[in-house]
Amino acid sequence: MYNKGYVITGLVIFVLFVTFPVWFNGLDAGPLPKPEPPPGGEKQCVAPAAEMRDSHMQLLNEWRDDVLRNSNRVMITVDGKEYRKGLQIACMQCHSNKEKFCDTCHDYAAVSPTCWDCHIAPAELAKKEAQ
Amino acid sequence: MMDNKRRKFLKMAGATVLAGISAPAIVKLSSTDAVASGGGQEAAAGGHSQSAAGASSARIRLGMVVDMRVFYQDQALLDVAIEACVKAHNIPEIPDRKSEIKWIWKTGYENAFPEHSHNHRSQILEHNQFAVLCNHCDNPSCVKACPTKATFVVEKNGIVAMDFHRCIGCRFCMAACPFGARSFNWQDPRPFIKRYNPDFPTRMRGVVEKCNFCGERLALGLEPACVEACKGTGALVFGDLNDADSEIRKVLDEEFTIQRKPSAGTIPSVFYIV
Repeated sequence: MYNKGYVITGLVIFVLFVTFPVWFNGLDAGPLPKPEPPPGGEKQCVAPAAEMRDSHMQLLNEWRDDVLRNSNRVMITVDGKEYRKGLQIACMQCHSNKEKFCDTCHDYAAVSPTCWDCHIAPAELAKKEAQ
Repeated sequence: MMDNKRRKFLKMAGATVLAGISAPAIVKLSSTDAVASGGGQEAAAGGHSQSAAGASSARIRLGMVVDMRVFYQDQALLDVAIEACVKAHNIPEIPDRKSEIKWIWKTGYENAFPEHSHNHRSQILEHNQFAVLCNHCDNPSCVKACPTKATFVVEKNGIVAMDFHRCIGCRFCMAACPFGARSFNWQDPRPFIKRYNPDFPTRMRGVVEKCNFCGERLALGLEPACVEACKGTGALVFGDLNDADSEIRKVLDEEFTIQRKPSAGTIPSVFYIV
């Protein structure tokens, strides 16, 4: 191999650089987020917690297509209470604190969903009411 | 040997080119009769809704009659109806006319009915404002123009609906709509919304919006917000145009109605008694 010294040094520097975020934090991903359970004390969600954690985004997309495209606005019954399909009109009825629920995991996972560009978070609603 | 090959190749190439050119012509010739009779006539018919009856008579097709005679007596009622819509749909009230957002709004006779305008109109037409909104056409040009299918016809009730999630803000639909019924959000609309309706989202910058015939309220068994605001006056009659026994059909059967720009051929679902 020609220029062994340069090549291997270069490779080592490259690998160190690429893995910077991993070793810089001491191989620790930081404290896991703890999303707040519903302040109202509701225990039942539309699906088991594990399933919601994994695929709430797919569920929201399905609801969106059902409501807007397929004219299927059948109510969702959870624990005897009826909810309309929708982020604002179903999810946020129980999970009324976006900052302590949605944002905790989204910030941790560094994802920024665009839901709130249009859908109104409860805090935003309250702000307008106060004026 | 060499020449023979070249000669053969040229022959084959010539035959292939000839076949390629003539094939579409042959296909066209052999199917002309079947196609030609259907296409032309519908476009020629153009005007009021005679061609609509056959097109979608089995399904529900929601429509509205605007009885302007009621609004002539009470122009403030129109403001009440508009206000109800603004509240229901979180519509921003932007003072700059270039970026205003309109679902149902007021305009002069000449702008509302350019095809029915002429000299020496009655004073009533001259001095009153007319309620205009999305016509929820049976043949909507906006739907054809939309490259993402963000705007579409709801199968169930004929509403020309929008999926704001999918709108990319290209504004083709605004160019296609003959009625100017669509508005574009040039800026974040939220600062211009006076009070939120918690049941409905707002829109964001770069999205087109328009009247949705209150699809979300209809699902709850309510009337559209503007119709509810005019309840008891008969100013706005809402119902199924394909149901011969509906209130709206009774009004349409009895009264002389006009539509906005019938020659555009979009077959509107909103009718006017002026």
